[in-house]
Amino acid sequence: METTSTLEKTLRLLALTLVVIFFMFPIVWIFLMSFQTNETILRIPPQVIFEPTLSNYTALITGKLTSAAGTLDIAFMKNLGNSVFLSVTSVALALVLGVPAAYAFARHKFKGSEDIAFTLLSFRFAPPLLVLLPLTQYFQWLGLANTYIGLIWVYQLICLPLILWIVRGYFEDISADVEYAYRIAGHSWFATFRRIALPLAGPGIAAAGLLAFIFAWNNFVFALVLASADKQPVTVGALAFVTSSGIQYGQIAAAIVLSVTPTLALALYAQRYLVEGLSLGAVKG
Amino acid sequence: MSGAGLQIKGVDKFYGPVDYGVHAVKKLSMTIEKGEIVALLGSSGCGKTSTLRMIAGFEAVSRGQISLAGREVHTFAPVKRNVAMAFEGYSLYPPLTVRENIAFALKASRLPQNVVDEKVAYIAKLLEIEDILGRYPSSISGGQQQRASLGRALIRDADLHLLDEPMGQLEPQLRAVLRGRIKHYIKEKGLTAILVTHDQTEANALADRIAVMEGGVLQQFDTPQMIKERPANLFTGTFVGEPPMNVFDATVTVSADTAVFGLNEGVRLEYAVSDFSPAVLAELRNRKKVSLGIRPYAVRRAEGGVPAKVSVSQWLGDQTHIAADFAGGTMVLVEHDRVRLGLGDTIALKLDPHSLHVFDGETGVAVSHGPELA
Ligand SMILES: Nc1ncnc2c1ncn2[C@@H]1O[C@H](COP(=O)(O)OP(=O)(O)OP(=O)(O)O)[C@@H](O)[C@H]1O
Ligand SMILES: [Mg+2]
Repeated sequence: METTSTLEKTLRLLALTLVVIFFMFPIVWIFLMSFQTNETILRIPPQVIFEPTLSNYTALITGKLTSAAGTLDIAFMKNLGNSVFLSVTSVALALVLGVPAAYAFARHKFKGSEDIAFTLLSFRFAPPLLVLLPLTQYFQWLGLANTYIGLIWVYQLICLPLILWIVRGYFEDISADVEYAYRIAGHSWFATFRRIALPLAGPGIAAAGLLAFIFAWNNFVFALVLASADKQPVTVGALAFVTSSGIQYGQIAAAIVLSVTPTLALALYAQRYLVEGLSLGAVKG
Repeated sequence: MSGAGLQIKGVDKFYGPVDYGVHAVKKLSMTIEKGEIVALLGSSGCGKTSTLRMIAGFEAVSRGQISLAGREVHTFAPVKRNVAMAFEGYSLYPPLTVRENIAFALKASRLPQNVVDEKVAYIAKLLEIEDILGRYPSSISGGQQQRASLGRALIRDADLHLLDEPMGQLEPQLRAVLRGRIKHYIKEKGLTAILVTHDQTEANALADRIAVMEGGVLQQFDTPQMIKERPANLFTGTFVGEPPMNVFDATVTVSADTAVFGLNEGVRLEYAVSDFSPAVLAELRNRKKVSLGIRPYAVRRAEGGVPAKVSVSQWLGDQTHIAADFAGGTMVLVEHDRVRLGLGDTIALKLDPHSLHVFDGETGVAVSHGPELA
């Protein structure tokens, strides 16, 4: 380690602090807003000291939104549940389908394999709205409109290419000879896939899964068009806070806090796998 | 019994489309008996690893057949072939310790734990890696990884052991020690092994027979002694042997009682016809141009020989290497005593007829070794 002067250290600390404040400010502000009523939020100039209230959270959890114009039913908790359900099942399905596919694309080059892989990736290029119009038609014919199955299916457009391409890279980074060494010792290719390839690519798979989860969670358009109220995730459900009698900033803030929590928790939990994923390069043989 | 060992019949390997891709192995045929150790020798990129990988089943055979222990295995999955392999790149399994890496090679044979432990301990002792058994592959040196990988191959009871440059990373002393132990181990257990190596001493010491490859073609497959004394062509002659064989282009004229080789710069080597068998003389009469080979150990300094000017003289501690300008080229000779020669000194060289190797001037195929036909 080179020695750094005190001045340099101080400057570095200052710069870091500024960056952190810059990025964290909106989040902290929203967090603070979620404990305020609409009146205190809209007061000018804004106040940093206020009397915290849990009313926003209770409103969300009970589903009764009281505003100047009267009470309104909102299905936030239901939406949150939908979000969790849709994201988890979509990612799970994408992993089940995508990881073996990624392995196949990484290990077995065949005529056209590159084209197929690229076609799958190209799903990500298409503007979602362009895909959605015909899709809505088809789904109506097929009876898939406004069903969880239909939504999960469409979510594969988001999750599958992501997982396929990220995980494939991880598989390609594992030396094929490590697998051969295992296969030659009398193990089938499936045992090799399960015991050697999967664990070695594990951190990469976790990272890809997390990323897919975040994308699925944040998806808005697909659910907006294809799902009605009872199947909607939070991203769409949040529209309900824009009421005729004004925008419920406090509740929106609380809703944001609640809806960010699962992703944040997951990211923090997966962090160590992500770090492991980065260090995989050091041990691949 | 033939069929018990390994039989390779007319095997071709193309990377990419057959007949158009990279032709890595060409029409390879060889038979290796059970219990035999064969060394695969050849320059880098000549197809040694490709050959091993086809035998192990990691690369498809483009053409031809491979049978092992009486079974045609070239279409089998690797798991069915009962072959063990030590990889050129070690390929240890990173999340496992060295001990587990070696032991997992035995997993499929479902031995009781104490037997596995015993075998691992034995192999570790043999390869001197006992003290790193508990470490992970990423935290040990290249030579240690190499021995771990070798241990993982040797511990198995396979029909064939493929060892791809198993000791390339080790220092000569350790290599010499392990060489002896490994040979003993393989012979004692009656294993059959193919060993790829760039070290000729290793090939000579370990192998019953040596296969020399070049450009994907098997050049010669014979005992170390035969390869040294009767190289099949110019490539084997110059590739095997340290320092390499001296080679000079020559014209040959056979008359009633002499055979004369005319080298560059007017150097004439004259021999009596009685120095060669009639068959050799007949072959020589058929040719105008030949390549004349002689091993550095066989060149003698003697009165009345061809004069040559010393360009290098180096005492290596146990022998002297002398290089001298000879017939427009360089003649290297080895003497076992310390010879004091100055640069530019003139020495007289004798090439005895029984140590001459004659190769065809165009194809490089051996014509004669000493007085006998090749
Ligand atoms: N996967 C591959 N695709 C295309 N060409 C290949 C492939 N593997 C090897 N080759 C080519 O085949 C030839 C033989 O390679 P191989 O690895 O068998 O050589 P080798 O004798 O083991 O060399 P070394 O002593 O350097 O290990 C080389 O020309 C190499 O470039
Ligand atoms: Mg090789």
